[in-house]
Order: sequence, then C-alpha cells, then structure tokens
Amino acid sequence: MASANGSNGSGGIGTKLRARSKKLGEQVGNSQVMNSIFRPGSIFRHGYTDSPRNRSYVVMNSVLYHLHPVKVKRHAVKVSYTLCLGGLSFFLFILLTVTGIFLMFFYRPTEALAWNNIQQLETAVWFGSMVRNMHRWGAHLMVLTVFMHMSRVFYHGAYKAPREFNWVIGVILLTLTLMLSFTGYLLPWDQLALWAVTVGTNMMGYTPVFGGQVRYALLGSKEISGDTLLRWYTLHVLLLPFIIVIFMAVHFWRVRKDGGISGPL
Amino acid sequence: MTELPEHLKKRAAERRAQLAKASGDAPEETATGATPGATTADEQPVAQEISEAAAPVAATSASSEITESKGGVPSHLLERSRKRKAALAGGDGEEVSGGGVATAVKAAPIAVPTGTGPDGHTQRLLTVVKSGSIQQTRGEAVDKVHTWPHLLVVEFAATLACSAMLLIFSALVRAPLLGLADVNQTPNPSKAPWYFLGLQELLTMFHPMVAGVTIPGMGLFLLMIAPYVDKTTSNRPEDRKFAISVFTIFLMFWAVLVIIGSFFRGPGFNFVFPWNDGIFFEL
Repeated sequence: MASANGSNGSGGIGTKLRARSKKLGEQVGNSQVMNSIFRPGSIFRHGYTDSPRNRSYVVMNSVLYHLHPVKVKRHAVKVSYTLCLGGLSFFLFILLTVTGIFLMFFYRPTEALAWNNIQQLETAVWFGSMVRNMHRWGAHLMVLTVFMHMSRVFYHGAYKAPREFNWVIGVILLTLTLMLSFTGYLLPWDQLALWAVTVGTNMMGYTPVFGGQVRYALLGSKEISGDTLLRWYTLHVLLLPFIIVIFMAVHFWRVRKDGGISGPL
Repeated sequence: MTELPEHLKKRAAERRAQLAKASGDAPEETATGATPGATTADEQPVAQEISEAAAPVAATSASSEITESKGGVPSHLLERSRKRKAALAGGDGEEVSGGGVATAVKAAPIAVPTGTGPDGHTQRLLTVVKSGSIQQTRGEAVDKVHTWPHLLVVEFAATLACSAMLLIFSALVRAPLLGLADVNQTPNPSKAPWYFLGLQELLTMFHPMVAGVTIPGMGLFLLMIAPYVDKTTSNRPEDRKFAISVFTIFLMFWAVLVIIGSFFRGPGFNFVFPWNDGIFFEL
C-alpha cells in the first residue's frame, strides 16, 4: 500500500522515509474508512495477527468465504480425498460465467451475424480468441470434472444417509451441466454446431407420445433455424444458468446441513 | 437474590435456636477433653460425645452412626476418609506438641453448626437434576481444523493450478470453428458432442426411441434412486463390493461407448481404426 515508496532510500533519508511511510501506513490501516470496509479478522485489516479468534473471523466476516464453516474436519482438507473436484466444478462455472460475459459483448444470436461475430472475435478483438478458447475448453473440462466428482462421491459411499437428497440434486446438476454445454454448442453457428445439434435433437424427437412437440419446443421451428439459435442462446446465457445457480446453492447448503463432507473411509 | 419465603425463614430460625440450645455445652466439653498431647485414641470418644450432643452435625470424621446416616456415600470411602483424618490428627499430635490444641480448634466448628438442616444435611435440597441431563455427551468429539488457512489455502492452490492449466491449454490449442452452418451440406460423419456420443453409438444398435430416450432416461433415473436402493450404511470399500462393481460397469459402459463413438467411427458412422483412417472427431 502506502509503504511502497519508502523502500529504496539510502542511509538517513532511507530510514526516515521508511519510518514515515510506516506511520502513514498505520494511519491508513487504522482509519475509519479501512475499518469500515474490512470486517474484524480480515487479513487486509491493520494488525491482523494469527490467532484462533482471527482465523474464525476471516471466514465468518467474509461474504465469499462464509460458504464454508469456520472449522472443517481434518480429513476434509486432504486433497487425496476430494481431489477438489466439486470445488473445481464450481470454480469452472465461475470462470465460464466471466468468459461468457466477455463473449456476449461481441455476439449476436442471428443466423446472419452469429458466425461472422465469432470470426471477428477471433481475429479483431484483443484476447478474443484466447477467451473463446478458454470458454470452450473450460466447458468441456467442467463436464469432465462434474462427472468425475459424481464418481468420486459414489466410490466414497458419500451418497448414503443423510446425504441421499444431495446426491439427487447432484444428478440434476449433472444434467443441467450437460444441457448448458449442449446449448452452447450451437451458438458458433458453424457446420460442427449445426450438425451436432441436429443429431442430438433428432434423438430427443423420439420421445414417446409427444416426441414431435418436444422437438418443436426445443427448436422453435420444424428444423434448426435462426429461431433455434435465439432460443438456445437465451437458454444458454439466462435460463439454464439461473436454474443451475439455484440448484448449486441448495447443493452447497445441503453439504453443510448434512454434516460437512462425508467421513474418511 | 431470590427472597426466601417467610415460613422457611421462621422454620430456619427455630431450628437454629434449637440447635444452639442443644449444643450449648459442647464447646466446653471439647475444650476440656482435648488436652495438649492428646492422641487419636483420645480424640475419638470426644468426637463421639459431640456427635451425640449435637445429633445433626454433618461433617464429623469419626462417628459410625453418621457413616450409616449418609446413605449416598459408599461405606468404604467413608471408612477411608475416617482413617485418613485419624492419621492426620495422629500425625499432628505426634509431631507437634500443640497438636491437641489444633484438634480442639478443628473440633470447635463442628460443635457449633450454623445453618444445618434436618437430618444432618448442611445444604437444603432445592431440586433434583438427573445426572444424565448435565453429564451426557451428545456427539463424539471430531478432529477439526480452521478453514482459514487449512482449507482455503488448498482451494486457492487448486483454483490457481486449474486456471494456469486452462490458460496454457487455451493459448496453445484453438477451439474449432468450421465453415458457416449450411443445412444443405451434411458433413460425413455428423457427430453429436462427445458426451452424447455414447448415445449416438447406441443408435447403431437400437431403435432411436430406446437409444435416445429410454436408455439415458433409465440411466438418470437409476442414478437418482441409487441412495434409496442401496441402504447399507458402511462406506468401506470391502463392504460395498456389489455397489462398486455395478457403478464401475456403468462407468466403463459409457466410457467405452464414448471412445468408440469418438475415435472409431468414420464416414457413414462406420467402424474405422483411427491409426489407419484418421480421426473424425471435433471437440
């Protein structure tokens, strides 16, 4: 912070500067402004010391970290148990949201413009290609991590009572993840997107009794068209994220309510 | 403090007066009985006398009657306590010349009991609290650590590693962008996204309704009801051989189908070997 300018003096001036900047740093750190922004125990607050009380405050007083309990079982922090798969799935979701918002600035979901927009994004936008790559590879990776997370949970028997319902929510989350990935697949509007989605939706059209209606509802028309693009775009950027966030919230909440992550084998 | 009811105060005052009257001459007796140099043998009859004079004295050491009246304390403990006290008093008497005086001083508060209740109790019983309700431990102690820093540091490292991997991979490998979508030009083969390729592979074997709807629907349904079907409680692998086998077969089934669909299917969705005919697969 403010002490950065006092470090490279020499001799008397150097020490004086250092002392003055230290004093300034303390004044800023103790000021009403800083204390009003950072709650007690924040490591950004002046005078954070490593005490059990402050360790608790870090979690309790942070909007981000209080997803966690103040204390967790010792075995729960072992990477070899969870492989961080659930947490990484969530992190990838956040990463995909951020990169997705970036992509939305340059994309119009119409038959005439969608493919051109992607082309321009790749060639004419700073980091456009990079962010699109991250979005695509991150999406594939998220499908993979969600799937592996499910396998991990099964092999640990962590779906057993009292966590049965959280497992069901997890299966719903897996389905939603696949749907998010699949709806995003169409958006570049290239040959790969069009025909992959054709194959996929043809399969869903074989739903017994009301297969035709299912397919029409999905495509917004008899065949894949601009209507489909708009429909899947809205699903991809709004409706499905909205739903998955709700289910994720319940999922994380239930992890804590059901007694933290499952015990050691 | 809570106010004591009037009738209780009155009863206490009466009792106190009665006790004072009954043990009025006890201190004198103690004083005379406990001459300097008195031994344990001397003290015992004195104590007995006192306890007879002031019947409801609570905390005496040497009286057998009182041992009986204190129903709650096991007799062997009382016996031990009595012996210990006797030994202490005896030690005093032997080592210090004025031990007898000390015994007398010790005996004095016994002789003038203030605030003793009926039957020799020194406290009044206000309520009965069952031991279970205050001593029961409800859960086993769990070995826990603080989330900060133990868990948050691990999570932070994991997210950093994941971001770094994704960044490097994205910098090196470009996401595919084929030509503009054209409904009149069907690529050969047309493949679904990789996670649906297992289903597309099933299409080659079953009716589309079975492969595209029934089997995946059943798969999801079975996954969801798994915890309600598997009612065993153990999570040790040796107790779950059947569940683990079934799930592993389930996983392998899909993995093999996806790999075949991804790499071993060429034009016309015919079986090819990727090392002979190349890969017909885009992510």
